[in-house]
Amino acid sequence: MGKKILVSGNEAVGYGAIYAGCTHYFGYPITPQNEVIEFFAREFPKIGRSFLQADSEVSSINMVGGAAAAGVRAMTTTSSTAFSLMQEGLSAIAAMEVPCVVVDVQRGGPGAGSTQHAQMDYLLATRGSHGDYFNMVLAPFSVQETFETIQLAFHLADKYRHPVLVLTDGIMGQMEESVDLKTVEFEPLPEKDWAVTGSRERGLKRNFLHNSPGILGFMTGDTYRSNLERSYAKYKRMKDTEVRYQAKDLDDAEIILIAYGSTARVTARAQYEARAEGLKVGMIRPITLWPFPTDIIKKYAEKVKGFIVVEDTMGQMVEDVKCVVAEKTEVHLVGFLDRHLPTSTGMILPDVVLNRIKAVA
Amino acid sequence: MMAEADSRKVLCEPPKSRLPVESPLCPGCQHGVIGRILGEVIDELGIQGDTICIAGVGCHAMILFTTNVDFLQALHGRAPGIGTGVKRGLNGKKIVFTVQGDGDLASIGMGDIIHAAIRGEKLTVIFCNNSAYGTTGGQMAPTTLVGQSTTTSPGGRQYESAGFPVHIAELLATFPGVAYSARCAVTSLAEYAKTKKALKTAFQKQIDGVGLSIVEILSACPPSLKLNSVKAVEWIKEHMMAEFPLGEFKNVDETLPAYILKGS
Repeated sequence: MGKKILVSGNEAVGYGAIYAGCTHYFGYPITPQNEVIEFFAREFPKIGRSFLQADSEVSSINMVGGAAAAGVRAMTTTSSTAFSLMQEGLSAIAAMEVPCVVVDVQRGGPGAGSTQHAQMDYLLATRGSHGDYFNMVLAPFSVQETFETIQLAFHLADKYRHPVLVLTDGIMGQMEESVDLKTVEFEPLPEKDWAVTGSRERGLKRNFLHNSPGILGFMTGDTYRSNLERSYAKYKRMKDTEVRYQAKDLDDAEIILIAYGSTARVTARAQYEARAEGLKVGMIRPITLWPFPTDIIKKYAEKVKGFIVVEDTMGQMVEDVKCVVAEKTEVHLVGFLDRHLPTSTGMILPDVVLNRIKAVA
Repeated sequence: MMAEADSRKVLCEPPKSRLPVESPLCPGCQHGVIGRILGEVIDELGIQGDTICIAGVGCHAMILFTTNVDFLQALHGRAPGIGTGVKRGLNGKKIVFTVQGDGDLASIGMGDIIHAAIRGEKLTVIFCNNSAYGTTGGQMAPTTLVGQSTTTSPGGRQYESAGFPVHIAELLATFPGVAYSARCAVTSLAEYAKTKKALKTAFQKQIDGVGLSIVEILSACPPSLKLNSVKAVEWIKEHMMAEFPLGEFKNVDETLPAYILKGS
């Protein structure tokens, strides 16, 4: 067991980065992730790592792309409004096949929305921006898991040469829990022999990274088609091997709750209380939002009376669940309109989930 | 067809860092000349194996086909950010340069280059100014002359509505973090020699860790100008140089702030 500390979810991102061997951080202030950039500004120079405050999120994501292309572990963090600004860069990073980690501490939208929590970036994160590509998306639900997920994110990014997003939110970022500081062990990774580091040690054989498969693909022996086929083969490997979720009490379940991140905490409470009242309720907590845990949902689609998706939006992940369930059973949403207050500080509380369970049961 | 017995003598070999491929550029385009100068400078400084090129989007990026150094393509205007990441990712130990056009650098990437200059980022910037968007078919750029016809300023650029040509070399010279800024041309052998000297100085500033260095190079784009190769060069001399004077606007050996707040 490592050292135990009491930190916020936002600071746990920083500790996770240190333990993952991330050496370069680029970021820009935005609420509610300011503790993250401040953590890196304070802690990284002390241990000889590189911190830079960029001029915008457009720049920070490109700086991350550049540093990652040079072969180091690089990351940035942001929140919803500014996550939009990173979409251009993320698409290019996916096209360049450069590994990096981006954390989105979600706030409310649309537009500048609110500075409080929300889960409204689900579709943007899981679908990506322009062009055919997907981000890998991880969603922790505790401070400890945030710390460990950052390490996993760097591992998966390097394993697939691909951007990995970590979705938390204002609640996850601001709340404090104890963290057991320990390095997560992973399988060995291949060398980054593709990195642009100067060609001297390669006998002047140059490395060449580009983001335009339909224009420069031929430079690396690809056609536009073969490039996209190759990247989609990669996405298939991710779907086949990287789906992660936590399942509870599914065997006899008549109702299954589905939630991720901060709303999964609320939902877990409601599931516990429902069981205490004798209701046959189970829960699936997706940890990878992309690839989405479709198989486990499909497996129970014909057995249960219904699924209840709990997410702090007007309905985004619920569409993915409906797509998997394919009308074999009912899919309900406990969402933004079920918050206890109509203001930006409103939250989805366990009672509203429990009441919906009783209404569906 | 070339005769089998070629009696011509090679008087000057191509630079070693130039790849033995045909130029993909239009006839009369001067970007190829800039690529040649770049190759000579890289060879003479002996930095081929330690250099990473970041190209923006546009015809200037064709330098990637002919320059044999590690290469990374940036999106439209984003080369300074990508270059910053590479430079810092390699802990400042390698040479990183961007090559950017006037649409790329002075329009969509204006914020990116300004902030690289504000930070005094240890990058060298080769800024190819051909007064139009060449790749997309000759539209108006921020550097288009007042009165110059393009496909998006068909009657000539009107300053009342479309403003004035931007002077990047002079602008960047005003930032404390910029070590070197010059504007050059390749309209004659004499200008070629000056451009080479400027580019070499610019790289040296980076090697010495002084600050950002930029060389703006006026470059003829015959298709955009709808002129032949010779007349396009004449047009540069007569009109572009009237708007964009050549010269060195900054050349310092250290970059320092004007004021430092102490004891904070």
